[in-house]
Amino acid sequence: MTNVPIEGILLPDEKHNHESPSNWKEYFSFSTDHKVIGIQYLVTSFFFFLVGGIFAMVMRGELMTPESDLVDRTVYNGMFTMHGTVMLFLWTFPSLVGFANYLVPLMIGARDMAFPRLNAVAFWMVPVVGILMMGSFFVPGGPAQAGWWSYPPVSLQNPTGNLINGQVIWLLAVAISGVSSIMGAVNFVTTIVKMRAPGMGFFKMPLFVWTVFSAQIIQLFGLPALTAGAVMLLLDLTAGTAFFDPAKGGNPVMFEHYFWFYSHPAVYVIILPIFGIFSEIFPVYSRKPLFGYKVVAVSSILIAIVSGIVWVHHMYVSGTPGWMRLIFMLTTMFVSVPTGIKVFAWVATIWGGKLRLTTPMLFALGALIMFVFAGITGIMLSSVPVDVHVNNTYFVVGHFHYVLYGTVTMGLYAAIYHWFPKMTGRMYSESWGKIHFWLAFIGTNLNFLPMHPLGLQGMLRRVASYAPEYTFWNIIASLGGFLLGMSTLPFIFNMVISWMQGEKAPANPWRAIGLEWLVSSPPPVENFEEIPIIISEPYGYGKSEPLTANLSE
Amino acid sequence: MKIQKILNILTLLTGAIAITVISLWIGQQAYSWLPPQAAAESLLIDDLISFLVTLGSFIFLGVTSTLMYSVIFHRAVKDDFTDGPPIEGNITLEVVWTAIPILLVFWIAGYSYQVYEQMGIQGPSELVHLHNPLAMQSAHAEPNDLPANALAEPVEKIDVLAKQWAWVFHYPEKDITSTELHLPSDRRIRLALKSQDVLHGFYIPAFRLKQDIIPNHAIDFEFTPIRAGKYRLTDSQYSGTYFATMQANVVVESPENYQQWLAQAATQKPSVAKNQAASEYAQTSHQSVQTGWVTVPPAAPPLVNSPG
Repeated sequence: MTNVPIEGILLPDEKHNHESPSNWKEYFSFSTDHKVIGIQYLVTSFFFFLVGGIFAMVMRGELMTPESDLVDRTVYNGMFTMHGTVMLFLWTFPSLVGFANYLVPLMIGARDMAFPRLNAVAFWMVPVVGILMMGSFFVPGGPAQAGWWSYPPVSLQNPTGNLINGQVIWLLAVAISGVSSIMGAVNFVTTIVKMRAPGMGFFKMPLFVWTVFSAQIIQLFGLPALTAGAVMLLLDLTAGTAFFDPAKGGNPVMFEHYFWFYSHPAVYVIILPIFGIFSEIFPVYSRKPLFGYKVVAVSSILIAIVSGIVWVHHMYVSGTPGWMRLIFMLTTMFVSVPTGIKVFAWVATIWGGKLRLTTPMLFALGALIMFVFAGITGIMLSSVPVDVHVNNTYFVVGHFHYVLYGTVTMGLYAAIYHWFPKMTGRMYSESWGKIHFWLAFIGTNLNFLPMHPLGLQGMLRRVASYAPEYTFWNIIASLGGFLLGMSTLPFIFNMVISWMQGEKAPANPWRAIGLEWLVSSPPPVENFEEIPIIISEPYGYGKSEPLTANLSE
Repeated sequence: MKIQKILNILTLLTGAIAITVISLWIGQQAYSWLPPQAAAESLLIDDLISFLVTLGSFIFLGVTSTLMYSVIFHRAVKDDFTDGPPIEGNITLEVVWTAIPILLVFWIAGYSYQVYEQMGIQGPSELVHLHNPLAMQSAHAEPNDLPANALAEPVEKIDVLAKQWAWVFHYPEKDITSTELHLPSDRRIRLALKSQDVLHGFYIPAFRLKQDIIPNHAIDFEFTPIRAGKYRLTDSQYSGTYFATMQANVVVESPENYQQWLAQAATQKPSVAKNQAASEYAQTSHQSVQTGWVTVPPAAPPLVNSPG
């Protein structure tokens, strides 16, 4: 094990040479340092976030008017397919893996991940996925146009007649992304189980580590189903098999089962680490311990378990028998119990604290409020009769964008600001951060709230044109979308300028409790000169007890 | 000290009452967010939506106002860098707020189950007949809030064919085809849904009803229109390039007018119906950005007695 404390290996003066990368080149070359890989993930995924955002702008531009008049219908269909795919597989997943990569070893007192080279290989598959996806715009027929669900038989229709087409490339890219995620999951689970510092029992782990652990366990049981479904679809498309092709006796509904068996739990893979980020941020800026730490920790595992039995709620109207609709209604609603526990715990943590509304705190608070909203519409969607009406309408689109933008992306921003000084050794500009927050918060609500009335009125998702009575809310949503696009500008500006010439950051600018704040900013290559020995629970705000027995605080 | 406690309880009570009143009001507003109630099922579903909106508003307002109270009144003073009180948990509180969501879940699920059972919208016929342990009843044994004659036979049977990208309705009794769905009001309607090519979805927002149509599956779907008027049927399951154009008119009329329409349509010779997908495919498109990406050609426009 790498975690045997070896004393006197580095003298304080030598330490300077071992600090994390000081020039850009190291971030763009093969590295096995979990911190470099973490930042590689974050920068790469943010690039694709902008790409996916541009697709969204084109769609919102098209939806400014009822007619299909800005782009071809084929282009529009390609746009929404690629928007969904890019945002999920190239933005939310990899950016959260980036954070987990950067933070988990630091938070558990390890010098690196369990398998550093596997870690690097898993990362380098992400640009490959990205290049494939973007390359598909240039094959005849354009990129995949069957939506990110790629339900057959639409996904099996290949009007170009070519073997190499957008849909085939899409399936390959998704499969590679799945392999990369499985590699990551094995690495994270091993690291968390095996490499915790002495004294760090499971109930002394920070909650971010708990949530990463739960999320990665979902990856291990869920991804094989998606990968199997993708491979079978690929065979149907290229080799003439008939797993899902009804024209040859296959069953397209089976694909829906394979797909959602993973793709609903995937939502929890994304949102669990965000819950972890909330649990890290609220105590620091409220100066209070996390309320109900143990229950909050266990609720992550509960969410992971329940997530395995909810997928059919995406298929209530897919010819699903009544008894199955009702069982999955109950299991889906049950997710609100462990989630509710977390929400109440955060509210209780903030209550009576000494709040500081820094940029990360603002983002976390805004994200929490939007998450509560998303949770409530989620309960509505789980109710079979309500879902029968709003399924596949903009109500669903609004709901999941409150989850994926309102909560996940805003939570990611909170995390980026919170750990920016640690990662770069520089402070960011608070005033630019606050401008970013308000633009993003207003933009998100303007963009996604109008989708709820649209959905209740019956406007369908994935349409390039719509009935004139839906125009008003669509214009509001589009304007909100453009504002949201603009809100990234102050962020990019802030990050680039601050990283180049921000004020030097101390080791612990927020006076936070946690192992990552005990090392310098940015941390040295091997994280800890001496492996810490953990003696107390995390989040001991107001208790003035030391976290470790050997490192100075 | 005691006065402070009483004041706190009063504040809490006032807050709770205010939130309750506002939530009830929002719940009533929910009806106005929905299309007209044109089917018996929509009455049930709208009540359920209103109930969930009321409950949801209460939870949302409760959580956000607590948070906002903290944000306004529990801010750190400028130079105060001390910590807040180290409160780590409270078993009673944690048990209570675990129990409340569990009870709510059972309440919501129970109510939803009741509504679903009353709707009796059916599903894929073979599945309904083979395994149906919960004995979903169709609305024949149905409650008083449905119009009395909705329960009476005969049931109106109509075949629905979905294809890329058109709806075709066939009335087997008079052997009539149409691209406009005519329905008698206050009669139980039974549709036999079929797809010629890919997955489609049968969705009439004014009826609050939706059902996917799966190739090679016969799917029965039942409901009762109750309000005369003209509505829209849309395809709710993404079906390829011209997905958005796959719409049809739904005309709900009195049984007499409906019979008249049937009789009148029976005299018409079949003609080619108008079809947006086909005409868009034939024309060069007007969009400013053109790629020339090939698409699946639309099925031939249907031949119908009544093009609507």
